[in-house]
Amino acid sequence: MSLEQHAIIIILAPLLGALVISLIGGLHRRVAYLTLVAALAVSFSSTIATLSQVAARAAEGPLHYFLGDWQPPYGIELVIDPLNALVLTMVAGVSLLVAIYSKETVRRESPDRLHHYYTLFALLVAGLLGITATGDIFNLYVLTEIAALASYALLASGRGFAYYATFKYIIMGTIGACFYLLGVGYLYIKTGTLNMAEMQAFMTRPALLHSESIRVAFILIMVGLWIKMAFFPLHGWLPNAYTRTSTTTSCLVAPLMTKVSVYVMIRVMFGVFTLPYAYHVMGWNTAVVWLASLAIVAGSIGALAQTNLKRMLTYIIVAEVGYMVGGAWLGNAAGLTGAIYHIISDGLMTACLFMAVGAITFKTGEINLEAMRGVFRRMPVTAAIFVVGGLAMIGIPPTCGFFSKWYLLSGGLAAGHYGFVVALLFSSLVNAVLFFRLFEIGYYPLFDAQSEAGQHDKVVVAEAPLSMLVPMLITAAMILVVGLYTSRIVSGLIEYALPAGLKL
Amino acid sequence: MEDLFNYIIGRYNYWAAIILLLIGLYGMIAKNNLLKKVIGMTIFQAAIILFYVSIGDKRGATIPILDHGHGTHQAIEAAAYANPLPHVLMLTAIVVGVSTLGVALAILQKIYRVHGTIEEDEILETIDQ
Amino acid sequence: MMDTAPFLAATPALAVATSLVAVPLIAISGRWPNLREGWTFLAGAVKLLLVLSMAGWILAGHTHTYDLWEVLPGLMIRFKVDGFGMLFALVASPLWLITSIYSVGYMRSLDEHAQTRYFCFFAVALSATIGVAFSGNLFTLYLFYEMLSLSTYPLVTHHQDKEARGGGRKYLTYLLGTSIAFALPAMIITYMTAGSLEFSAAGVFPAGTSPAPLTTLLLLFLFGFAKAGIMPFHSWLPGAMVAPTPVSALLHAVAVVKVGVFSIVRVFTGIFGLELLADLHLNTLICSIAGCTVLVSSLMALSQDNLKRRLAFSTIGQLSYIILGVGLASKLGAQGGMLHIAMHAFGKITLFFCAGAIFVATGKKYISEMGGIGRQMPITMTAFFVGSLSVIGLPPAGGLISKLFMVQGALQAELAWVLVIYLISSLLNAAYFFPIVYQAFFGSSQEAQHQGPRQEAPFCAVLPPVLTATASVVLFFFPGIFLDFITVFLAS
Repeated sequence: MSLEQHAIIIILAPLLGALVISLIGGLHRRVAYLTLVAALAVSFSSTIATLSQVAARAAEGPLHYFLGDWQPPYGIELVIDPLNALVLTMVAGVSLLVAIYSKETVRRESPDRLHHYYTLFALLVAGLLGITATGDIFNLYVLTEIAALASYALLASGRGFAYYATFKYIIMGTIGACFYLLGVGYLYIKTGTLNMAEMQAFMTRPALLHSESIRVAFILIMVGLWIKMAFFPLHGWLPNAYTRTSTTTSCLVAPLMTKVSVYVMIRVMFGVFTLPYAYHVMGWNTAVVWLASLAIVAGSIGALAQTNLKRMLTYIIVAEVGYMVGGAWLGNAAGLTGAIYHIISDGLMTACLFMAVGAITFKTGEINLEAMRGVFRRMPVTAAIFVVGGLAMIGIPPTCGFFSKWYLLSGGLAAGHYGFVVALLFSSLVNAVLFFRLFEIGYYPLFDAQSEAGQHDKVVVAEAPLSMLVPMLITAAMILVVGLYTSRIVSGLIEYALPAGLKL
Repeated sequence: MEDLFNYIIGRYNYWAAIILLLIGLYGMIAKNNLLKKVIGMTIFQAAIILFYVSIGDKRGATIPILDHGHGTHQAIEAAAYANPLPHVLMLTAIVVGVSTLGVALAILQKIYRVHGTIEEDEILETIDQ
Repeated sequence: MMDTAPFLAATPALAVATSLVAVPLIAISGRWPNLREGWTFLAGAVKLLLVLSMAGWILAGHTHTYDLWEVLPGLMIRFKVDGFGMLFALVASPLWLITSIYSVGYMRSLDEHAQTRYFCFFAVALSATIGVAFSGNLFTLYLFYEMLSLSTYPLVTHHQDKEARGGGRKYLTYLLGTSIAFALPAMIITYMTAGSLEFSAAGVFPAGTSPAPLTTLLLLFLFGFAKAGIMPFHSWLPGAMVAPTPVSALLHAVAVVKVGVFSIVRVFTGIFGLELLADLHLNTLICSIAGCTVLVSSLMALSQDNLKRRLAFSTIGQLSYIILGVGLASKLGAQGGMLHIAMHAFGKITLFFCAGAIFVATGKKYISEMGGIGRQMPITMTAFFVGSLSVIGLPPAGGLISKLFMVQGALQAELAWVLVIYLISSLLNAAYFFPIVYQAFFGSSQEAQHQGPRQEAPFCAVLPPVLTATASVVLFFFPGIFLDFITVFLAS
């Protein structure tokens, strides 16, 4: 197995893992768990290998992997460039951490269907990694649906009210995917190819640049993706679906699904269409950035109104999607850098927060703000991790959240889009309020509940199990590490991921 | 006037697809009964499949199977055969559609068990309680 | 000239890290209080030695730069030791040691809870303070500034009761809110227009930058670093007085508030450059804003009965004094302003120590209860008297020297109306301090007959104010200890 097979191993490992788990995972829960972790570990190490490969040759262009050695346009190719190498690493890394984390939670939440759950888990990850790696626009659709189908089933694992929330998501997700498929059809009619790079080569022709069909295709694909990523005002399905589901599923789905959709949007804008097309021919920039600003404000205000911790986080996701879409549409290098960087950092922050909340719920059985009461004493490590995630969301240096804000703000100022700048600052302030409210509840132990005398009672430390703590600690550490390595990530990878004509 | 007829009749396949698409979309968004939403979803997907299949067709073309098989050096007249690629793509899309339908129906059953109804407004009432 | 520095290149980073290293040690030795405080003193001593080891080199006219890490392309986490940073570090690190002694006396006498947490975050806060002092660029400064805001929150809310919760909320809302909403965008705009955030005496803005955006930026910075307590973003400071007194003393007379002032002065001298401020007549703007704060806060101090709150309002006024001095954008004014950072620190910390000592010994918080207390606690109240002399600006205390410089600076900058502000506020200072002292020594209280002759606080709580009061007097006779650093800084 030489180095060049890494690209396919990234996707094959979880796919085969799903197969193995469904066959022999029923034997014992540990078999299913270990198979999943092993498959994802293989996948993650391959992403690291490809990332270092891509970083080493960043200036020379992307890596191509032809499935079955069929050259495009006949075959499907995987294209790994600095942009998706980063996203692949994030997706594989976060899913590996969540897989390790899931040991106790899945056992508690789906004891009877544990190996089915893990099969779906592996399929979802395979789908997400495939979406990210593929260079074929139809293949992307198929993989989107694989990921979506797996996520429907996973989301439904919350049971009870989760079923209805999931059903809404199925309807919305299918509309989104079908819009995308329809757009792809238009593009195929016009270009006669499904390979992204070839399509882009056709796009520069003046006849296509101003073609009505191409314009419709662009609109359809964008709207489809916006539904998938829960971009305001198409976000209605997300809070319910992500709140009602089980802990493990929300830890897995929340950080990854929307982020991958954002990646696809950036990919389509600059890898299928062209930079002049997306920014100049469409002429949407201002409108979309305003929409993104609204998304940020609406998401933040929505989050303020929640008393359920998980639901609060889901509204923050809605706001964060606004960050990324806005950054991508600002039309300058800083904004796009911010959007790409934020895919990584938001993936980590969201994973960190959802896992921390999951651990708190796991120990207390509560999901409301009250679950936080006295958490600094009862679960000091989890609380510290939650603080790191919260500070990253607020944007305190040197966490990675600060640096994505740095680039997004620079982009907004450079583009003269002050509405976006104000929205970003507003959301930072709202996040500060949100998280410090939680820290405060956690910090004041038994203040309201009991008499003054009982205030400083000894509280028994009841920390989450080690299988949850370790992945959370790693995520929290990564938030800081990614923040400190911003310079390397930006100048070594993201700079090469920017489309030509948009260099820093 | 003739232009208009040409516009409508000459592209009847697209019109059919668009009408079906809108019917499906209407069903998914406006219907209160969840099963009807699922039916709308199926129509929506079928419309897209129809759209794809119809774009592969060419005037006077036949099915894309070569008469002579391998080994002959006769030039192949591409215009004489329908484009097979959209059809192949739709095989995948049909599979996806069926799977989605399956998942949707399974979840619908679960909803019925939890809420005792598949009418959306009634479900929302039970959630609010 | 270019001989190598007689210390390790990483010394500034080490000085910052020393107290961070102490944090886990303090945390694990929570069960043995003496060992725990031992770590605090050890870290404090090491830190002071590290700072002192660089002092000679700086006095010789050198600066020392150390790049820790490239965090954004072209933007470093950079430490730079120069005269001004050294001045601040030399004020903060010995005062940490003294405050630690005082903390031991205060916290143990009152048998406070969660002392381990208290000492841990105290150490973190000190790291952040020294980090601000040695920051080489605005980015690094912002990093440590935020670190300080967050690490002091658990100290401010130490009591964990309703009052602490309110104070803590206010504290974070003001400090975090302004730094995110004003200082962060101002920093990014500066980076975008100037392409650099490195401090340099000539400023970073290219010649010919139009005045309107510069004025906006200046205001954003001025209000963004709300730790300096410029009105209308001042009310976190009286609110934060719910903290235990050692916290109020070090953090709210020295570290936190002086970090705010230090940051603003850094922006004046390093980002804008004093010449630019004077050329664009921005100094008038700064002086008006700071002048208002000086007068209004002094008036508000008059009406406070809670001693710590009165001190807090006095602090707000004195902070704006410093900004006023440097904002004059004249050489003498800048000298006076910077010097006042040191002078006021020693004076005000004495006053806070005394307030705490009174509370420990008698449980009294309000000025109206303190009649005759000077006869009970003569040492403490004498120290209090010296401290108030320094803050008012009377001999023989250090505050006079810095005020003299600032007055001359106002004349040099040809802003004579500023003199009126200095005059009125000094009178007001006297008006809110002397009654306390007078009442303490010559006043009588209703319970005087029950009081014993002497009732001083424990030794650990009395020694620190005596030390700092002595330092205030020493600084009157030898202002060169700090003035030389300023001269070196302004000469470069």
